[in-house]
Amino acid sequence: MRVNFTVNGRPQEADDVWEGESLLYVLRERMGLPGSKNACEQGECGSCTVRLDGVPVCSCLVAAGQVEGREVTTVEGLADYAKHRESAHPGGGCATGACGTSLQDAQQWRAKGQDSQTGEGAELSPIQQAFIDAGAVQCGFCTPGLLVAADELLERNDTPSDADIREALSGNLCRCTGYEKILDAVRLAAARQGEAV
Amino acid sequence: MDFLRPASWEEALAAKAEHPTAVPIAGGTDVMVEINFDHRRPEYLLDLNRIGELREWEVGADTVRLGASVPYTDIMENLRAELPGLALASHTVASPQIRNRGGVGGNLGTASPAGDAHPALLAADCEVEAESVRGSRLIPIDEFYTGVKRNALAPDELIRAVHIKKADGPQQYSKVGTRNAMVIAVCAFGIALHPETRTVRTGIGSAAPTPIRAKAAEEFLNAALEEGGFWDSKKIITPSVAKQFAELASGAANPIDDVRGTANYRRHAVGIMARRTLGWTWESYRGAGRSTEGVA
Amino acid sequence: MAGTTTGIPANVTQGSQTKGGVGESMLRPDGTLKVTGEFAYSSDMWHEEMLWGQALRSTVAHAEIVSIDTSEALALSGVYAVLTADDLPAAKNYGMEYQDTPVLAYGKVRHHGEPIALVAADHPETARRAAAKIKIEYRELPVITDEASATAPDAVLVHENRGDHHAGHVPHPNIVHRQPIIRGNAAEAAKRADVIVKGEYTFGMQDQAFLGPESGLAVPAEDGGVDLYVATQWLHSDLKQIAPCLGLPEEKVRMTMAGVGGAFGGREDISMQILASVLALRTGKPVKMVYNRYESFFGHVHRHPAKLYYEHGATKDGKITHMKCKIVLDGGAYMSSTPSVVGNASSLSVGPYVIDDVDIEAIGLYTNNPPCGAMRGFGAVQACFAYEAQMDKLAAKLGMDPVEFRQKNAMEQGTIMPTGQPVDSPAPVAELLRRVKARPMPPERQWESSEGADVRALPGGLSNTTHGEGVVRGVGYAVGIKNVGFSEGFDDYSTAKIRIEVINGEAVATVHTAAAEVGQGGVTIHAQIARTELGVQQVTIAPADTQVGSAGSTSAGRQTYMTGGAIKNSCEIVREKVLEIGRRKFGSYHPAWASAELLLEGGKVVTDGGEALASLVDVLEDEAVEVEEEFRHRPTEAFDLRTGQGNGHVQYAFAAHRAVVEVDTELGLVKVIELACAQDVGKAVNPLSVIGQIQGGTTQGLGVAVMEEIIVDPKTAKVKNPSFTDYLLPTILDTPTIPVDYLELADPHAPYGVRGIGEAPTLSSTPAVLAAIRAATGLELNKTPVRPEHLTGT
Repeated sequence: MRVNFTVNGRPQEADDVWEGESLLYVLRERMGLPGSKNACEQGECGSCTVRLDGVPVCSCLVAAGQVEGREVTTVEGLADYAKHRESAHPGGGCATGACGTSLQDAQQWRAKGQDSQTGEGAELSPIQQAFIDAGAVQCGFCTPGLLVAADELLERNDTPSDADIREALSGNLCRCTGYEKILDAVRLAAARQGEAV
Repeated sequence: MDFLRPASWEEALAAKAEHPTAVPIAGGTDVMVEINFDHRRPEYLLDLNRIGELREWEVGADTVRLGASVPYTDIMENLRAELPGLALASHTVASPQIRNRGGVGGNLGTASPAGDAHPALLAADCEVEAESVRGSRLIPIDEFYTGVKRNALAPDELIRAVHIKKADGPQQYSKVGTRNAMVIAVCAFGIALHPETRTVRTGIGSAAPTPIRAKAAEEFLNAALEEGGFWDSKKIITPSVAKQFAELASGAANPIDDVRGTANYRRHAVGIMARRTLGWTWESYRGAGRSTEGVA
Repeated sequence: MAGTTTGIPANVTQGSQTKGGVGESMLRPDGTLKVTGEFAYSSDMWHEEMLWGQALRSTVAHAEIVSIDTSEALALSGVYAVLTADDLPAAKNYGMEYQDTPVLAYGKVRHHGEPIALVAADHPETARRAAAKIKIEYRELPVITDEASATAPDAVLVHENRGDHHAGHVPHPNIVHRQPIIRGNAAEAAKRADVIVKGEYTFGMQDQAFLGPESGLAVPAEDGGVDLYVATQWLHSDLKQIAPCLGLPEEKVRMTMAGVGGAFGGREDISMQILASVLALRTGKPVKMVYNRYESFFGHVHRHPAKLYYEHGATKDGKITHMKCKIVLDGGAYMSSTPSVVGNASSLSVGPYVIDDVDIEAIGLYTNNPPCGAMRGFGAVQACFAYEAQMDKLAAKLGMDPVEFRQKNAMEQGTIMPTGQPVDSPAPVAELLRRVKARPMPPERQWESSEGADVRALPGGLSNTTHGEGVVRGVGYAVGIKNVGFSEGFDDYSTAKIRIEVINGEAVATVHTAAAEVGQGGVTIHAQIARTELGVQQVTIAPADTQVGSAGSTSAGRQTYMTGGAIKNSCEIVREKVLEIGRRKFGSYHPAWASAELLLEGGKVVTDGGEALASLVDVLEDEAVEVEEEFRHRPTEAFDLRTGQGNGHVQYAFAAHRAVVEVDTELGLVKVIELACAQDVGKAVNPLSVIGQIQGGTTQGLGVAVMEEIIVDPKTAKVKNPSFTDYLLPTILDTPTIPVDYLELADPHAPYGVRGIGEAPTLSSTPAVLAAIRAATGLELNKTPVRPEHLTGT
């Protein structure tokens, strides 16, 4: 079958799609967008999280045919997505001024210097930059799904408590980090968001 | 495999009538796992995502008509007052991502004893609105589950909505899993106090071939509360009454040993959850100052 | 972070002025690619005209294969090849230590999920449909599942004709390897004991559960060879096993490291490498294989489940008199690295304690259970779980504080191991315990809020099982010892090719190794070392491949030591060559060129007094210097097969944990509140990634304490939970805060004083959590993972 949908703002068409294919497969194998990861294909790990009409979902549990005419945002489009959000709703930081984590606290994880191969010039969303700065990336296989989920959390709640962060990310498994630096990254992104207001 | 994409409810019913073996897919939580792991190759997949009314709900005088595909996230966020038990159950479903797509229609359609919504639906009391080209009917929840992963739907029927009694008293829901999030129930328990009818209803998940009510426990408790004048006095429930309620709830379970837990543990845990959730709902009913709903 | 630095070797100061060198927290060079989704993992490989490979695996654990019929599968449209063992081009077996593992089963299947046939097709669904049409007839055999069934006199042999180097010394052909260690006289010493404690312990089968399943792409080449893009821990070990099975010389099998989605030991053995290559060579087309999560559970070896029998004695004043133990490790159907796991379990069974009189025996079994091999902690994990439980029992029996009791018996530098090997670098066991104990306790009842109980902070979490009812807090401690690097006489080395040249007016170093970056951050460290040694800012890390010498395995905590050492070593030679060029060009202009000890710092040649003599750009001009050298650690010895004596290990690593848990004692559910770790890291080359390693290792230990276990049916030897629905990993709501306190006590024998860090935290985490749960419940709990049934007696 043929499926037409929008991915990261661009209309896409997939032909000869087998009816049992998941959105994840179509993204990875037909659209050249392998950023969403295939770690469990049963909705247990969150590595394939994308936004479907703005809502975070496991793309492994969406049948390809179900996305006809809909909008999908993947990790590859996250920086653009965040940029458009920022221009549409500038600020969006903690309006009350009572941010959960002080910037100073949050920045204690920021490592010094930039490495030679960090892909300078790449434009990153705040949550992407925070994941790098906080050391929240090891093997990186869980990272795309976590980024999409964490970005959506900060969109809803600009001053999340640690418990809020844990709950929002409870559908994303990470095997490398023990999650501590992932928490740090989300705190850091929230604090920077607050500082920017 | 064919992928059917009805644009309206009428088209969906027609498609299901024409292809009774078609497997409906909405949130994909069960169906896609079966397809991804080659456990199932249905001849037809019937996509329900394009039918907007399945994601809508109407709050009536006595009931909420909850569309089959209303995501669990919406139930948690919007129906906490009307359907507190189901809202609590919704919060225990898998992960945020899955709660964003899955709805009670999927739980009812699959009719797995481990479906998280069942104990809350049984305790609240509801009717399943099933429809086909032949017409629409309401199936009482007590008659809906007919066997392991089997339900009362006819092959040409689809679940349109669930008509759930609005809460007239406190409701609670507990589920045991061996992890603190994103876990399939080892067993689960739902309870609803119905002060208007002076009854208590319960639901047990993952501890019998189908979701069940703990009827003997309900009958015992209804009688004990009535005889003791508890509904009026709002006294603390006598510990011996709570204990017996818990034992009867435990006795209602008919569980098996599997990789998720032993039968003995499930019986034990159902009893503990029955006692605790009764305590929480009754404290709430008594209007005790401190909330016992649990936050999160 | 409270890093204590003592005794840094004198040769570390080189390049200390260069930014981004050894000892600084540096960001990952692959970070941007990983957060934008552009990092190419092995499952992301794609090629024009590529086919999809699919294996068909056994549905039974032990059987003779009577027949295989592939005709229907071959007839399916879109299918390009269907292969069985008969179609294999050359050697039919592979294996790291001994080649006992069939590429495709022939004659017999020996475990559930063993590959039997292969399909290549134009779409994964076509391949699956074809695989489903292959008909296999089995004649089932009785299953060997434990020590009793393996060593029974009439036991069916898992391997009838063993030709491996352990076959000659084992008491039964179903025993892979046996390693006793006898030192002192345990029986005699036991007479001095005032108290004796005995225990039987069971350790469940843990899965590495790396998130990126086995996958890769094999591309047939015009020269008849194959280009292979895979995720592995050791390219050259793969190469040695793959080439003979393809009937190709090694130079025709060109391997390139694709992005690795975690490893933890599970990628040390071959998985899909040979399968995809065979299909590619047969069809003449590129073949991609991606295991799904179900297949991944069958696609790699697991952590050995173990039974451990321990006896310890102690005097009234708290000195341990002796230890006797027997450790039975289930190696499953094939050898993998079982012999080395046995060696580790045996030689580290005493723990980080001074015990002069020991009687130790460790064996590894052949069974029909899933094959087991390398996983983080490698034999030391199982032992630590048992000996730490014993320490608590001894302390309790003596009425002593469990930490003080451990400290009283803690080993230190100079202690002689049961193998007779002296511990010749810092061993701050007592200090690590002191540090975790001195930490302030996390506040009680953190779940209480003005709005009620926050279930996210309670046992059961979001499932809303308690609002505080039945919840009891417990605190537990544990400490462990792990060897670093490959032991028992293995000729362990790594290779680094270093190049320095001027590019666009700047001196740039290129580091080329075959070291597998599996997430640990080796690529970051390699650049840091090159900066420190060569004083350059720009360092390029070349992709890991087999065009450079072996780096050895990314395992055993060895890569910073070994490949770090190789890079340091090669850089030092490069530096000398650069200085030679400088002397040649500029020696006559300044006497310091001849006399002083010269350094490379900040892009310049400087004297040890800090005077700049020339820039690297001016020295090198258009010359490039390139060096490829191997690096070896001190040689080790095999353990004596009767007494276990021998200087078998390279280095030891130590970590201690304090676990604070809250247990719902009625429902048997556990919430770990805090899991504090103190560890000696020798030298933190990159402090940011050191902490990440310790927290990650700690969490894997937590997982096997309370939820992770591959459950194998003892009647059929079939795996019952090969999915992430029923093999549970800790989520972020199961994982507590993990404060880390690291010491930097340099190992004088290691480059920069480094000590392997990845494994030690996985050891002590599990017994610390168990000890805390015991403290909360008063239960004995001799099995891990602990399940609700165990805590509720149901």
